[in-house]
Amino acid sequence: MSADAKLVYMANQIASFFQAMPGDEAVTGTAKHINDFWDPRMRRKLRVILDGGGKGLSPLVISAADQIRWPETAEG
Amino acid sequence: MSFVKEIDYGTPASKAEKTVTLTVDGKQVTVPEGTSIMRAAMDAGIEIPKLCATDMLDSFGSCRICLVEIEGRGGTPASCTTPVAEGIEVRTKSDRLDAIRKGVMELYVSDHPSAWNEQRGTGASEFDKVADQVGLTENRYGTDGRNHVAPGEGSLTVDYIARDESNPYFTYDPSQCIVCSRCVRACEEVQGTFALTVEGRGFESRIAAGMSEPFMESECVSCGACVQACPTDALREKSVLDKGMPESSVVTTCAYCGVGCSFKAEMKGNEVVRMVPWKDGKANRGHSCVKGRFAYGYTNHKDRILNPMIREKITDPWREVSWNEAFAHVASEFRRLQHQYGRGAVGGITSSRCTNEETYLVQKLVRQGFGNNNVDTCARVCHSPTGYGLKTTFGTSAGTQDFDSVEHTDVVLVIGANPTDGHPVFASRLKKRLRQGAKLIVLDPRRIDLVRMPHVEASYHLPLKPGTNVAVLTALAHTIVSEGLFDEAFIRERCDWDEFQDWASFVMQAENSPEEVEKVSGVPAELIREAARLYATGGNAAIYYGLGVTEHSQGSTTVMAIANLAMATGNIGRPGVGVNPLRGQNNVQGACDMGSFPHELPGYRHMSDDATRDIYDSLWGTKLDREPGLRIPNMLDAAVDGTFKGIYIQGEDILQSDPNTSHVAAGLEAMECVVVHDLFLNETANYAHVFLPGSTFLEKDGTFTNAERRINRVRKVMEPKNGLADWEVTQTLAQRLGLDWNYQHPSEIMAEIAATTPTFASVTYDLLEREGSVQWPCNEKAPKGTPVMHIGGFVRGKGKFIRTAYVATDEKTGPRFPLLLTTGRILSQYNVGAQTRRTENVKWHKEDRLEIHPHDAEQRGVRDGDWVKLNSRVGETTLRALITERVAPGVVYTTFHHPGTQANVVTTEFSDWATNCPEYKVTAVQVAPSNGPSDWQEEYEELSRKSRRIAPLEAAE
Repeated sequence: MSADAKLVYMANQIASFFQAMPGDEAVTGTAKHINDFWDPRMRRKLRVILDGGGKGLSPLVISAADQIRWPETAEG
Repeated sequence: MSFVKEIDYGTPASKAEKTVTLTVDGKQVTVPEGTSIMRAAMDAGIEIPKLCATDMLDSFGSCRICLVEIEGRGGTPASCTTPVAEGIEVRTKSDRLDAIRKGVMELYVSDHPSAWNEQRGTGASEFDKVADQVGLTENRYGTDGRNHVAPGEGSLTVDYIARDESNPYFTYDPSQCIVCSRCVRACEEVQGTFALTVEGRGFESRIAAGMSEPFMESECVSCGACVQACPTDALREKSVLDKGMPESSVVTTCAYCGVGCSFKAEMKGNEVVRMVPWKDGKANRGHSCVKGRFAYGYTNHKDRILNPMIREKITDPWREVSWNEAFAHVASEFRRLQHQYGRGAVGGITSSRCTNEETYLVQKLVRQGFGNNNVDTCARVCHSPTGYGLKTTFGTSAGTQDFDSVEHTDVVLVIGANPTDGHPVFASRLKKRLRQGAKLIVLDPRRIDLVRMPHVEASYHLPLKPGTNVAVLTALAHTIVSEGLFDEAFIRERCDWDEFQDWASFVMQAENSPEEVEKVSGVPAELIREAARLYATGGNAAIYYGLGVTEHSQGSTTVMAIANLAMATGNIGRPGVGVNPLRGQNNVQGACDMGSFPHELPGYRHMSDDATRDIYDSLWGTKLDREPGLRIPNMLDAAVDGTFKGIYIQGEDILQSDPNTSHVAAGLEAMECVVVHDLFLNETANYAHVFLPGSTFLEKDGTFTNAERRINRVRKVMEPKNGLADWEVTQTLAQRLGLDWNYQHPSEIMAEIAATTPTFASVTYDLLEREGSVQWPCNEKAPKGTPVMHIGGFVRGKGKFIRTAYVATDEKTGPRFPLLLTTGRILSQYNVGAQTRRTENVKWHKEDRLEIHPHDAEQRGVRDGDWVKLNSRVGETTLRALITERVAPGVVYTTFHHPGTQANVVTTEFSDWATNCPEYKVTAVQVAPSNGPSDWQEEYEELSRKSRRIAPLEAAE
């Protein structure tokens, strides 16, 4: 699996767990999990993938994007 | 050093609350009802001579040495089998008693080498001491006639049995045996293996292993309980026969599995003569397994590296250097890498085999010294889902009970754990409870030993298909909810009722019904129902689980499903119940507690928590990064990506233990400075540029925290052979990086941990000295620690029910890879085998074998013992087949103890969704006959050989 493909896979896996949650929890849970456990460089790469159209990402990850904290600086 | 003296009270303590007062030799003593006279006397400080009695075993009354007189009663009853009674007057000494004891002892001696004036044992056994105690001076019976002692000629030889030297660690010399049956009882009562027996009657009575086999060929698991119990030298450690009786001892903690047994390291001079389990050790209560008691030889194995080494490229031979040069080199390399590639380009891995103090220092070095959070630990690959799952549901990343709790359990649910191999001393305690009548449910793809073994049989074994834990656990919940077996009062009081209802409606969905789950898991629906009913209604129900739960793509979900079950049935918050993760390595719990994860500081406090960061910012004079750092698999990905360049690895062998070996190798190869700090040139060291020699648990002070959150002392019994304890290595490295660290002793590190971590607030070395051990949380609210958690309420407030939807793993079988491989461990070996492979334990397990069902083997033309090729989507290896029905058709199993096999060459990169804990337990594979090692094995062998070359030292000027 390429590095990007792996990241997409991991994000989708997180979404697949929160998918079952009631109400807003699916979106907030997915975003919070990525914020809490992903190092900034992983989030930065996810941003690039999203900006490139988010190919392969599950709809839940895409809807969680607004709540993901995107690192600003180039260095984490 | 002094000798730790343990009192043998002769019989076990009575748990009765009512007390009885009696007099022994004129001394008044008050003891619990049901206590033996022997024990009461010892309480009064009066030692009654004994041979067949010891307080680890129930009284037996066979040796006739411990006789006493009781005023007003006739005869001379045995004090071990006679209970105390109110007001009785006991005499332990009189001319009559002396004469009887001496007479009995003389009979024993007449059939013992001492009557032949031969010293075949140590001359310092309990038997020798009792002979002395009763004043035995003669043997009027002579040495003629039938006996068990003389190898002799002709008719004399029929009763003589030669020594059994088959076990590498102890000798059985039948000529010294007095058939007191302490060994037989220890094997039954303490270990629960039933390998020993008394065969024959009267004069023909002999102790026999198995069907009168050598010990090594019998069912004996070499736990050593019999050796410890033997009052003579009939069963004796070879090391003691070789070096003599120990002269000093120190209490310390075993460095193998997460049970965390307490041992006395018994020494002669600067050498360990034997390890003897400490009776006051609250995890093991005086018991041990073959690893802890016997497998310490690695500590002075010739492979140990004692000098630091450096090399420029991993293809160069190693060059031995001074500590000074090694530290200077690492410091300048790490500074260079950070300057060149950024602050986040380096990181560290803490060791679950090192002490709390050492792991604390490694994470501190990363956070304070490297200025990032790129620190992780091997719990990533074992119990990280436990931390996440239990924190989410209960509020604490740890098991809920102590091991004593099992004594109050009525129903035991074992999920994805194989305690008789992985956690043998706990398994012995569990088996004892099962023999007393507790019920057992096993959820495991393999028919593990506990499913059916002497005097233990599971009520239900659910042999689920690997990867379907969540489905089966949710189906158990479905049954509990649909049949109204949940504990409404508990849930209303301790949990959020609305959340429960939401969860209940989720588990009631059709896809979670036992019938639907049967289709994916292969477990008959009725079996799921029966198991659920027993768990929910059988009394105190406790769940014990292992890596078969966590090492899946849904590992964290499974942990939460387990927590849901315990909450729904009210099995939390008192002795006998709970959720109990069985931890793999000695200090996995501790390494996690100490802030080894990249997203949290010690005590499981997230990096984003401002108040927590403030504590460390002000103490360390730094500005901690609020963002989580990289986890081990992310570090390797980043390395391949070119953004992660240097790593300090303390006491971990990620190349062998982590999944998808070639990916790990690629990650390590892409780094510019890999520093391995270990006892041996392990597999990871093949890719290292700097090797820093480590110290063993015998060579340093510190603490380990076991699976029950118990903080146990590790005590130094000898100087580090490599010159520095591991904490000193990390400290010096930190100093070279410009940090102002000046710890003089690990107790000062613990003081810093206590000062900064609320759950450790009251932990000090003084407290551990006084109490022996404590379980965290240990603070103002619980000054002596917390054996059982969540009493009266959950740590997080209300227990949280979580929906646990089953998501099938993407690692699927198909025409090319039709079998599912799952991995595990075996009793005699430990983890990657770095320690146990360097001991006589290899006699039990020389190589990893592939367990395969006869049906699958026949289809492939594989016979028992044949070499087979094991292929997965990511790699292949070869090993020898072991045909067995322990695995179901379609499932194969192997261990990962030997680097020659490299089982992880075939495991995939799939991992737990929440924590990236690898999915070791499910790999789709194909098995085919083979006639030799795979290309990878041959290439790797060559690489290992090359990378272990050490250049000869240049002559000093």
